[in-house]
Amino acid sequence: MLNVENLDVWFGFPPDRVDAVKQVSFTVAQGESFGLVGESGSGKSTILRAIAGLIDSWSGRVDVAGQAVHGSHRDRAFYKTVQMVFQDPYASLHPRHSVDAVLHEALKLQGMDNIDRRINQLLDDVGLGRGFRFRYPHQLSGGQRQRVAIARALAGNPRLLLLDEPTSALDVSVQAEILNLLTDLRREHGLTYVMVSHDLAVVGHMCDRLAVMQHGQIVEVMEVDALRRGAGQQDYTRHLIRASAGYERA
Amino acid sequence: MSDTSSKPQSRRDWLLTDAPLTRHQARLGAFYQGWLTFRANKLAMLGLIILILLIGMAIFAPWLAPQSPFAQNLAGRLQPPSPEHWLGTDALGRDIMSRLIYGSRITLFIVGTVALIAPVIGLFIGTVAGFAGGWVDQVLMRITDIFLAFPKLILALAFVAALGPGIGNAVLALALTGWPPYARLARAETLTIRNADFIAAARLQGAGRMRLLIRHIWPLCISSLIVRVALDMAGIILSAAGLGFLGLGAQPPMPEWGAMISDGRIYILDFWWVAAMPGLAIFIVSLAFNLLGDGLRDVLDPKGAKQ
Amino acid sequence: MTEPMLSVRNLHVSFPTRQGVFEAVRGVSFDLGRERLGVVGESGSGKSMTGRAILGLVRPPGQVRADRMDLGGQSILNLPERGMRKIRGSRISMVMQDPKFSLNPVMTIGDQIIEAYRLHAGGGKAAARKKALEMLKAVQIRDPERVMDAYPHEVSGGMGQRIMIAMMLAPDPEILIADEPTSALDVSVRTEVLNIMDRLVRDRGMGLIFISHDLNLVAQFCDRVLIMYAGRVVETLAAQDLHNARHPYTQGLLNSLPRLDAPVDRLPVLQRQENWRSDPLIDQGLETELPKGV
Repeated sequence: MLNVENLDVWFGFPPDRVDAVKQVSFTVAQGESFGLVGESGSGKSTILRAIAGLIDSWSGRVDVAGQAVHGSHRDRAFYKTVQMVFQDPYASLHPRHSVDAVLHEALKLQGMDNIDRRINQLLDDVGLGRGFRFRYPHQLSGGQRQRVAIARALAGNPRLLLLDEPTSALDVSVQAEILNLLTDLRREHGLTYVMVSHDLAVVGHMCDRLAVMQHGQIVEVMEVDALRRGAGQQDYTRHLIRASAGYERA
Repeated sequence: MSDTSSKPQSRRDWLLTDAPLTRHQARLGAFYQGWLTFRANKLAMLGLIILILLIGMAIFAPWLAPQSPFAQNLAGRLQPPSPEHWLGTDALGRDIMSRLIYGSRITLFIVGTVALIAPVIGLFIGTVAGFAGGWVDQVLMRITDIFLAFPKLILALAFVAALGPGIGNAVLALALTGWPPYARLARAETLTIRNADFIAAARLQGAGRMRLLIRHIWPLCISSLIVRVALDMAGIILSAAGLGFLGLGAQPPMPEWGAMISDGRIYILDFWWVAAMPGLAIFIVSLAFNLLGDGLRDVLDPKGAKQ
Repeated sequence: MTEPMLSVRNLHVSFPTRQGVFEAVRGVSFDLGRERLGVVGESGSGKSMTGRAILGLVRPPGQVRADRMDLGGQSILNLPERGMRKIRGSRISMVMQDPKFSLNPVMTIGDQIIEAYRLHAGGGKAAARKKALEMLKAVQIRDPERVMDAYPHEVSGGMGQRIMIAMMLAPDPEILIADEPTSALDVSVRTEVLNIMDRLVRDRGMGLIFISHDLNLVAQFCDRVLIMYAGRVVETLAAQDLHNARHPYTQGLLNSLPRLDAPVDRLPVLQRQENWRSDPLIDQGLETELPKGV
C-alpha cells in the first residue's frame, strides 16, 4: 500500500539547511496499521507531510498503491486514496465553515453524487449524528471536532489514512472514544493506517508494527508484541519504553 | 429531533441554539450572536444610529431640506443661525442646513464608493501575494510599497490633476491611493492562515488554488478588512473634504462638505458658522464611523477586541 | 498534626456569561502540607482555575469566593493586587505549561533570573548573580555560566522548563504551583524535571501543587491526589491507592487509558453521569487530612 525508500526531507537552504528526515525506508502492507513513534523533533510528522504532498523539499522514493509520487504535486487519484487527520482539531477546521460546509466541500471535490445523503451517512459513521450537521466549529468540543475531521477524511472513501497524533490534544476519556472509532472504521472500511504518536501506549493499542525514530532516522522497526514486552533491539528504544512507563523516583 | 421542535421555543432560543437544524437557522444564529455582541457596545450603537440617520437624511433630502441647496438670496447672505435659517446662510445667502442635508448624499457616495473599491483591490492583491509567495509576492508588495511611499493626499492630488477635477475623479483617486494598507493587512492575515491545518486538509481533498483563496482565505481576511475600513472611513471623508477644500473635488455649486468649509474660510473670523457647520457635520460622521468600527471589531475580530 | 501551609475551604470561581453565571470551580476545599499534592482532571474540570485563584490570577469579570483561603494562617483571599504581588513569587510560585510563553524573549536568561530574585529579595547585583548560578545548578543545568547569557529561543523545551523552575525558586517560595509543567516535554526530559521538583520538596520542605491531566504520572509522582470533575473535587486519595479508586469517574478515567501490558480490542469508554456533578464526595475527610508523618 505504501512504500517509502531512502526518504530525505530538509527545510531551508545551506548553510541553514535542516535535515528533518534522513534515509528513512519502510513499507506498509494493505490493511495494516503502522506506527511511527519518537520524541518531538524526531521527524515523524514530517514524513506524513512529505507523503501527503504538503512539503516539496524531499528526495527518495514514495509509492502509494503502486504509484510513485513526486514533489508536492498529487493527482486526483492520490487524494481519493490517501487522506490525513491532523493533530489539533482546533486548527484543522475552518473557523467560519459549518460541519455541513466542510463535508459538502470535501464530497464535491471528491466528485461524489448524492451529497446530501452522504453527509448524513458520514456523520453517522463517525458517531456524531445529524444534529451536528449545521454547527460551527466553535459550537463543538475537541472530540467532536476530531470526529468531523475524520468524517472529512473519509469523504472520498480513501484506503490509506495518515493519522498525525490524532488524539494528543484530547482528554483521555475522549481519546478512548476516538481510538475506538478509528478501530471500528478500519475494520468496516478495510483501511490502512499510518499513525504518528509520541504516546507508546496509544501506538501499542492501535498498531501492528511500528518504527521508532530519533533525530530524523528510524532506529528500529518492531512488532507490537516486542513493544509490549519492552524488548527493543536498540538502547534508545528500551530507554524510550522505560521513560514512557512513567516516573520512577530517583 | 422531532421532540425538540415540538416544544414551544422563543425566537431568541431558536437563534441561540447550539444545535441548529437547518443551514438557514445556523446562519441566522451566527448573525444574531454577532448582533448581541455589537449591541452590548453602547458607543458602537450610537455610531450605528448616527449613520442610519445620515442614510435616512440622504434618502429623504428633498423632503427634509427646508430650501433648495442652490437657491441664492444675496440680500440674506451670511445670516447667523436663526429660526428661519437654523444653521445660518453662506456667502451667497444659501441655507446651510439644506446644503448639509443634500451634501450627505455626496458624502455617502464618496465614502461608499471608496469603501467598495479600495478594500477589494487590497484584498485581492494582498491575499494573492501572501498565498502565492515567491516572485509574485515580491512584485506585488514592491508596488504596494511604492504607493505607500507617497503621502496619500499628494498622490490623490496628482491623480486628480491628471484626470481633471470633479467628484468622480476624486473618488477614483482616493480609491486608487487607498488600497495599499488593505493589501498589507490582507497579506499579513494570509501568511498566518496559509500554513494552517485546515488549508492543508482542503488541499488534500484536491482543492485548487483559486478555491483555497476564495473559499478559505478570503472569509478570514474580510472581517479584519471590514473593521479597518470602518475605522478608515473618517480618513476617507476627510481626504474627500480635503480635495474639495483644495477645489479638486466637488465643483461649485455642489454642496460637498469639504468644499463648503473651503468657501467659508474667508469669513471664518466674522461669520464662523459658514465653515463651522459643515466641519461639525464631518466631525460627527467621522466619529460615528469610528465608533462603528470599534463595535465591529468586537464582533468580527475577537483577537483585537479589548478585554 | 502540624498547621497546613495552605488551607482552602469552599473555593468558588465564577464567570458571568451571556447565558448566565458559569461556575468554573464549585466549592473546592483542601489543605496543603509539605507534600506533593496532585490535582487531576480533564480540560474544563477547573483544575487550572483553582491554581490561578490561589495566586489571585483570575481576571475580572471572573470572581473568586471562598470561606477561607489561608497561607500560613494569613488570609490571602481577594487580596489587593499590591499585597498579592508580595506573595506571588516570594511565598507562592507558579510554573506554567509552556516555558516559551513564560520567558521574556528579548532578555537573557541570567538577567531574568536575577531580576526575579532581586524583585523579591533585593540585594546587590553580584549577590543575585551568584544566587542565579546556584539556582541553575540546582535544576541540573550543566554549564550555567553559558546558559545565563543565552536567550530563551536558544535553549530546548526541557531546559526552558528547568530555567522557569529555577526562576520561580530563586526567592525560596514556600509553595510551588506547577500547572502541567511536563505536558509540553518529551518523556525522557520529563523525568529530569520531575526529579528536580521532587528533590526541592524533600530538601527544602516546599509544598507542591502539581496540576496535571495525566493520572498515571500523578499517581507515581505525588503523595496525595485530588480528582476534579466539573469544578468539584470528586475524590481524594493517597497516590498509591489511585488504582483502587472508588469514584466511577476516577475508575473510568483509569480504564480509558490504553495500556501496553494489557492489550484490549476496544477501550472502555467513560459514561458520564449527571449525578457526578452534585453527589456527595467520597472520603470527605481525606480531602483535608494531611498525610501521615508530615
